Amino acid sequence: MSTETTLPIYDLLTEIYDQQSAVPEYRQKAFNSFRSQGFPTIKNEEWKYTNVQPFLKEQYTAAVTEATVTTEDIKPFLIKGLDAHLIVLVNGKLNKSLSTFQSDVLISIEPLTEVPGYAADSISFTNNAFAALNTALTTSGLFIEVKANATINKPLHIIHYYTSDDNVFVQPRHMVCVHKNAKLDIIESVARDESKGIVWVNSVTQAYVEENAQFSQYVLQNGAANTRLVNFTEAVQHKYSLYNNFTFTFPGTELVRNTLHTRLAESATETHLYGLYIGADNQLIDNHTLVDHRKPNCLSNELYKGVLAGHAKAVFNGKVYVHQEAQKTNAFQQNNNLQLSDKASINSKPQLEIFADDVKCSHGSTVGQFNPDALFYLRSRGIEEATARALLIGAFAFDVVEKVTIPALREHIETLLNNNMENWYA
Amino acid sequence: MFTPHSLSLTPYHLEHTITMLTIKDLHVKIEDKEILKGINLQVNAGEVHAIMGPNGSGKSSLASTLAGREGYEVTKGEIIFDGKDLIDMAPEVRAREGVFLAFQYPVEIPGVSNINFLKTALSEIREYRGLPPLDAKGFLKLTKEKQQLVEFDAKLVNRSLNEGFSGGEKKRNEILQLAMLDPKLSILDETDSGLDIDALRIVSNGVNKLRSENNAFVLITHYQRLLDYIVPDFVHVLYDGRIVKSGTKELALELEEKGYDWLKDKTQLEKV
Repeated sequence: MSTETTLPIYDLLTEIYDQQSAVPEYRQKAFNSFRSQGFPTIKNEEWKYTNVQPFLKEQYTAAVTEATVTTEDIKPFLIKGLDAHLIVLVNGKLNKSLSTFQSDVLISIEPLTEVPGYAADSISFTNNAFAALNTALTTSGLFIEVKANATINKPLHIIHYYTSDDNVFVQPRHMVCVHKNAKLDIIESVARDESKGIVWVNSVTQAYVEENAQFSQYVLQNGAANTRLVNFTEAVQHKYSLYNNFTFTFPGTELVRNTLHTRLAESATETHLYGLYIGADNQLIDNHTLVDHRKPNCLSNELYKGVLAGHAKAVFNGKVYVHQEAQKTNAFQQNNNLQLSDKASINSKPQLEIFADDVKCSHGSTVGQFNPDALFYLRSRGIEEATARALLIGAFAFDVVEKVTIPALREHIETLLNNNMENWYA
Repeated sequence: MFTPHSLSLTPYHLEHTITMLTIKDLHVKIEDKEILKGINLQVNAGEVHAIMGPNGSGKSSLASTLAGREGYEVTKGEIIFDGKDLIDMAPEVRAREGVFLAFQYPVEIPGVSNINFLKTALSEIREYRGLPPLDAKGFLKLTKEKQQLVEFDAKLVNRSLNEGFSGGEKKRNEILQLAMLDPKLSILDETDSGLDIDALRIVSNGVNKLRSENNAFVLITHYQRLLDYIVPDFVHVLYDGRIVKSGTKELALELEEKGYDWLKDKTQLEKV
């Protein structure tokens, strides 16, 4: 596309691709898809309210430099009181010496360098240029596999640590396979140090939750302003499986786009998607979700809540697709937003497409301000206005936060919420 | 000229009492509508005043104005509380100074726990009053003690603030807060409304136990019923934004018997 050639990053990525020799077919296919689509513009319906073009203007360097990161650097990103297996990735690459946990008989955690063919084919690249780009060029990531019937008692805490003095474009690729009857909890933290370069993260995660397996994924996004996150996550669920996704986005990272697809490939599955996004300053936070009900008797429940301060902008697009075959589907979706400033904005779009006739589906979307009666009630008891607001924000977020069943993680999230409060009114 | 003033009724009090609240010629409007049209009222420490009157007379507006609710604009007059001008004070500062409003309709706030709310309020108020913060043990002890006072179900303390509480539980929660925060002046805005006779007795007992020489109560009510339980020193009748009659507790009985219509007629006559 002619407009793309003006972006130096496009030229750089093309150059990196062209320099490779013996490129596997799936990568060729993916890169061709990216090349024909280019980076999305606001003319693309999926990116209508999220203009990534201004975020792609800078010069980037080709190679992601190897950084020396110590346990001291990781410390601030640990979760207090959390009993977990620690896995550290530095700029998308598994760092075994910083990780306290390696593979054992129940779970295998290895670097991912090539995307298995079935996984590459599973993703549609249509309107998904970032995922195509990642598939074509990814060089690192994690491959986590939980053996059948294995219950991993402690959650894995994966810290995605990013550091660079140059502007870099990082494309990690992860796969999580939870085999039959197995159970796994993963907590992912995005950690950004104080280095000066822009880190553009274009990541893809694919999860396979097999029959009667349970997988809970908690994602915490609280990077620094010079970090840009574009994530594509796809979870494929088999019979009787349970998949929970929690996505928490806090002030910091200037651009966050989470695309979360769940494919209910077999019947009688259960899916819970919870999101809490707190936007401040000039942040742009976009959550696009798709719940793809393909088979009968599946339950999906989605609750996303947003708090927007300053000039923050949020996008929520929740699509629920119920195929003709997916009778007896229960699909619920709710998106509520609290707008704290006149300059903040939110675009919320529930999108239900239902082709089965015996289903229970609901959706709701709200944007509101503080309830003045509640604020007055708290203040009339001697509580400072800022504290009262903080209490009300905490109360608004409560519906999502209370769903976190790991106590230390829940406390950590509450702390992150409270820490940020005072800055929002500055 | 009809002069609604409690002063003339309290000669013996004047010599040794402390004036807590003085309202002088108070005019208040909401948006462009004048709601209060010249209220005069003095409340001294140790006193209980009842303010009665028909619907729409301005009773709750007076309570809201005293507590500092947004939208109630004082256009004329003054409110002096404990020697300080209340009008320009933020609601939280009024509360810390010792003004407490028991709400007619306590707000339900899902997600804010009752206990956390009490703790936050109490610690801010104690800090303002120069008192050391209560430790966890001290706070628990105080909460338990005050809970018993209003026979408040301990289970409710850990629930979200007023969420799913019955009408009686909400009103008891108001009195629990009152007991915890220990204000100088408490304004009870139709605390009796929606209460059954048992709840009314419990709430009234709580208030009676909290009465002292150092605090004062203003009870806003429609009905004489509440005043059987909390016996006021003075009764004022508010009508059309003014106090049109003041008296002792017998006035409440008279109102109960005659209703408010005779007052309306009387004010019509006075206007002529």
